[in-house]
Amino acid sequence: MTTTATAPPSSAERPDAPAGPPSQRTPKRIAFGHRLSRWDLKLSPYLYISPFFILFLVVGLFPIAYTAVISFMDWDLVRNSGTFIGFDQYVYVLTQPKFWIALRNTFSIFLLSSIPQLILAIFIAAMLDQNIRAKTFWRMGVLLPYVMAPVAVALIFSNMFGDKYGLVNTTLADLGISPVMWHSDAFASHIAIATMVNFRWTGYNTLILLAAMQAIPRDYYEAAAIDGASKFRQFTAITVPSLRPTLIFVIITSTIGGLQIFDEPRMYDQYGTGGADSQWLTITLYLYDIGWGQWNFGRAAALAWILFLIILAIGIINLLVTRRVVRDEGARSSLGRREQRAAARAARRDLRRAASSGTLADAPEPESAPESATDTPEAQR
Amino acid sequence: MKLSRRTRAIAAVAGAASIAIIAAGCSPAADSGSEDGTVELTVATFNDFGYTDELLQEYMDENPNVTVVQNKAATSNDARANYFQKLGKKGLADVEAIEVDWLPEVMQYSDLLAEVPSGTADRWLDWKVDAATDADGRLIGYGTDIGPEGVCYRSDLFAAAGLPTDRESVAALLEGDWAKYFEVGAQYTATTGTAWFDSAGGTYQGMINQVEAAYEDPDSGDLIATDNAEVEDIYNQVLDASAAQSAHLGQWSDDWFAGLSNGAYATMLCPGWMLGVISGNAEGVTGWDVANVFPNGGGNWGGSYLTVPANGANVEEAQKLADWLTAPEQQIKAFVNAGTFPSQNDAYSDEALTGFVNEYFNNAPVGQIFTDRAKAVSVAPFKGEFYFQVNDAMQKALTRVEDGTQDKQASWDQWVSEVDAIG
Repeated sequence: MTTTATAPPSSAERPDAPAGPPSQRTPKRIAFGHRLSRWDLKLSPYLYISPFFILFLVVGLFPIAYTAVISFMDWDLVRNSGTFIGFDQYVYVLTQPKFWIALRNTFSIFLLSSIPQLILAIFIAAMLDQNIRAKTFWRMGVLLPYVMAPVAVALIFSNMFGDKYGLVNTTLADLGISPVMWHSDAFASHIAIATMVNFRWTGYNTLILLAAMQAIPRDYYEAAAIDGASKFRQFTAITVPSLRPTLIFVIITSTIGGLQIFDEPRMYDQYGTGGADSQWLTITLYLYDIGWGQWNFGRAAALAWILFLIILAIGIINLLVTRRVVRDEGARSSLGRREQRAAARAARRDLRRAASSGTLADAPEPESAPESATDTPEAQR
Repeated sequence: MKLSRRTRAIAAVAGAASIAIIAAGCSPAADSGSEDGTVELTVATFNDFGYTDELLQEYMDENPNVTVVQNKAATSNDARANYFQKLGKKGLADVEAIEVDWLPEVMQYSDLLAEVPSGTADRWLDWKVDAATDADGRLIGYGTDIGPEGVCYRSDLFAAAGLPTDRESVAALLEGDWAKYFEVGAQYTATTGTAWFDSAGGTYQGMINQVEAAYEDPDSGDLIATDNAEVEDIYNQVLDASAAQSAHLGQWSDDWFAGLSNGAYATMLCPGWMLGVISGNAEGVTGWDVANVFPNGGGNWGGSYLTVPANGANVEEAQKLADWLTAPEQQIKAFVNAGTFPSQNDAYSDEALTGFVNEYFNNAPVGQIFTDRAKAVSVAPFKGEFYFQVNDAMQKALTRVEDGTQDKQASWDQWVSEVDAIG
């Protein structure tokens, strides 16, 4: 029944009220004012959201499409012209060892930053969720690194991770540990860059998770406390499961951010091209170098599209995982949408079969009429 | 309902207006020329060209109908990105500064730039003019500064190693080719156990800038880098020396800046503009000095030009300004302001230049020293379309060996495969 209201207005004659068969209405002239108000009802929501979509069309969709066009060309930025060369740019990018190294680095830095960051964020949020003094002070303090400009963070950390005279290595040397070659060892450079990312984003994620924690009904904890559950048990049995939907949001945003990581690796050394042996070359850094270093925008556009497809693929994986996890959390029905639709279809089939066999010929009108109304678009498909 | 409709209309107007505002923000500023003969000229530079407000005011006093506004980009890279995004379209300044590093790229679009009026070309050094002249013989850049190279050294570290310390004796000591430079270096490292020069990359840059056609064939523009024996020889020579003599501190890295003051290396190849980098980042260090010598003759590193985009609003006025700014008298003032060493012939006999002394470098007569170094430059290396990429890959190859990530041969092989992928 609910689908009737949201179904596309396929026919103009259809009355706007879903209830009741149309034949029972007496046709009457609709005044212009009425018509206006109906348009108002139908169109104004679209009008209200249109600024975003128009802007998105101009600054989002158009560049994406334009990038796709350029990616099939040998493009000259200055003269604004190019020659069509098909998939050559894609082939070139995919056959470059640098591309695969960049892909490896991107995922490595992404994992090294996201996982510790989330664990740390949950932990800090749980601490801040306790009854502590000067709550606002601590909460704002956690967010402080997020306020810093990424480039400033990168500058400070790059200095600390200097190979010879950096703070980290001199400290290690004082402790009698051999210094780490932050700029020549690939894994060490990933850790250094992930540290910058974690420094900046942990606080942000902490606050989001803290907000979610505060939405958990306190009764759960009281009940658990009465049952004799320890703080840790309460955390694992109540807090963490309740955080799931928020965690998924945090994971998705940090995935998108992680795959597009740019500022930190770019500022990690003085050249900003990802290291002599591409140790910390990420996809976006590679893209930037091809585009703005070599002025090869056709190739850069091809790489941009490859990155887009990668993010899309990972986004879909994320979505599938999300659906599985969220279903029994906040969904309106215990059944999935697909199952709901299947059940409705089965019910209608039964009904039709019954109607054609004549057993239900004298069935009461109101029950079958709305069903068939929703049925027609289904059957036409 | 009526109220709702009105608010809707307001919302629609507001939405449209916000889009209009954004669109207006993107469009370039309105034309600056006007009917009453007054002209506003913009000059876009980067780093520090030495064009102070006082210097620009002089021009405005001489030409009351002109106002000059300078836009400074922070780095040459920022300027480069801006330049190519707007070249041939709208939005560039009336006079745009470019650096020799990306001059080869600019030369591909020389038709989009106004030609320097004939008759002024003999103002500059020949090789400075040649580099900015395209295949059709059009000169498109007004030369500003050049980077003739000497050798900067730490006299205190030289003394500790038992080497001569005054700049005449050091010049005599290092007189010769690169083998001589590395030979003294071997001697220095053997005595002190510390590094002779900062990095293989910086030293390589000094060496490769003496090769006339290093990476590309000047006639055909084809890549010849990987088959060029000269390049391979330099690669081997510098890396053989660097194993013991280099501090392995890549130029412009944080460690390299730290090394300027903590004595990590005793010498460094030094274009004129490097003096400001050293004195600015190693304050309080008294040992730095500069010797009037460069291995294997002269060498040039860096330098800039002014260009006038052909589709600007005030091309003629812009040309006059560029001409004035790059006249010897003004360039000498710029040199005094920012250390940008003149590329103009007449400047070299000017007392204001030759008598210039740098206090930080133990009162070295840097004006005279770099005038001599500029005259010693005999080779103008050819830099074509791919110069930047090939050289960048080479710098990385050298760094890989210095880092210990790869050995000499493996790194060379990787460089060869990278160069093969270019183009």
